[in-house]
Amino acid sequence: MNSPLVVLNDVSFQYESQETPALNHISMEVYEGEWLAIVGHNGSGKSTLARLLNGLQFPKEGTINVAGITLSEDSIWEIRKQIGMVFQNPDNQFVGTTVQDDVAFGLENNGVSVEIMSDRVVDALKKVNMDSFLDQEPHHLSGGQKQRVAIAGVLALRPSIIILDEATSMLDPRGRGEVIETIMNLQKEEKITVISITHDLEEASKANRIIVMNQGEIYREGTPEEIFEMDEELVKLGLDIPFSVKISKKLREKGISLDRHYLTEEELVAELWTSHSKM
Amino acid sequence: MMEKMIIGRYVPADSILHRMDPRSKLIIVFLFVCVIFLANNIWTYGILVLYTFLMASFSKIQARFLIGGLKPVLWLVLFTFFLHLFLTKEGAIILDLGWFKVYEEGLRQGIFISLRFFLLILITSLLTLTTTPIEITDGLERLLGPLKKVKFPVHELALMMSIALRFIPTLMQETDKIIKAQTARGVEYTSGPIKDRLKAVVPLLIPLFISSFKRAEELAVAMEARGYKGGEGRTKYRQLSWAVADTLMIVGLLFVTILLLVFRG
Repeated sequence: MNSPLVVLNDVSFQYESQETPALNHISMEVYEGEWLAIVGHNGSGKSTLARLLNGLQFPKEGTINVAGITLSEDSIWEIRKQIGMVFQNPDNQFVGTTVQDDVAFGLENNGVSVEIMSDRVVDALKKVNMDSFLDQEPHHLSGGQKQRVAIAGVLALRPSIIILDEATSMLDPRGRGEVIETIMNLQKEEKITVISITHDLEEASKANRIIVMNQGEIYREGTPEEIFEMDEELVKLGLDIPFSVKISKKLREKGISLDRHYLTEEELVAELWTSHSKM
Repeated sequence: MMEKMIIGRYVPADSILHRMDPRSKLIIVFLFVCVIFLANNIWTYGILVLYTFLMASFSKIQARFLIGGLKPVLWLVLFTFFLHLFLTKEGAIILDLGWFKVYEEGLRQGIFISLRFFLLILITSLLTLTTTPIEITDGLERLLGPLKKVKFPVHELALMMSIALRFIPTLMQETDKIIKAQTARGVEYTSGPIKDRLKAVVPLLIPLFISSFKRAEELAVAMEARGYKGGEGRTKYRQLSWAVADTLMIVGLLFVTILLLVFRG
């Protein structure tokens, strides 16, 4: 991987109404162009981490550095240009009355001129495959479509990082698939760094690297393969292992030898139907 | 259905009125509301009726939409008519039923005032039928622009309006969902005595309010994350363009005003 784009140094944070810190001395790095998944059950501190990165909250201790800028009250607007955020509820982040108005919202805020704006709006919507919905109103869109518009709104600002804060958790399986596919394309083709905060390990399995959070601390860090080796430990942390990983584990228990953990159903199916010829 | 009532008023079509700048339409409606009071005899009312019907024909909107918009206020128009008919006691008696007399002036006033009402409603419905709510908001923001100098929060007001418009359908859907959820729990909305039905509104409104506040909070965070820091230094995606037709329309109304001044008695 490339150089670190985001550096967190010994960051702690505590909500005023709570007794235990939400984040406890976290140090981590996010590299340019990677897809990092941060997983953990509710209250593990993963969403707090996302809010800190965007300056929606400020750390109590430690420093956060994004693309060479140290996060402070004065630099938040600079940092927000670098980091785009997509939130959980598709309805509650749709500001405009139509798709194109919503995508333009971020551009308007940054004082982009009208000529550039209309190009960027169409361009961003093309990247998420929503360019035929320009004048559509939000209540006529599905959840997955709304989230793709939200991603387009972020893309229009040309950020270097996109944070998805549980962005797929309120979607049906189809909408979730649409959003994940969009993100995969963006990471590959636009070289955008993706940080996805999620409790869905199926989604996390698409990432390059996973950080498992528990009680405000980094519990484990590794590639999806390494993380899924943890098995029962993950279940104890309140996370559910993807179906394909469960199946391959059970098969191995039955004495059917598989090369490794299979992260996606396609991989597993491909291994199973070709396994006979390998024997 | 409720959705249709509030924001479904706009009827898309390709007409002169649809293409006009919302600012000029707003100015015309405002002027019209003022000059309508100049009319005081059959000639001047005739001119206004002619003008209104000319506008209606420009809009290319079917008569049934226009009449549909008038229905809810029809009672008010009739009420005004009868009020004047009964209470004005001037001029010659034209109908004498013994216990109740209709005077000439009463009939004249009744017709004129209800006609005035009718024309006002028709012109304002033409505005909402040919202009999307967001265009009206944009138009208002630009027209009120000069008030920024006296610290009037024009931008905030327009943003509030547009967010409210955007959330109306969302909240309608939510209301629908809550009604269904509460009906499943045995709350009756459509039958029973009025008192019970009014009481049933409480378990509808409370969840709706709670979720609206939650939405507002999340929306504020999302807006901040997308770089919203108030109206300053902001550009507008939607541009309004003032065309020759807009100027001509306003000149047309000014001409009507002059005619009214000449012919009024």
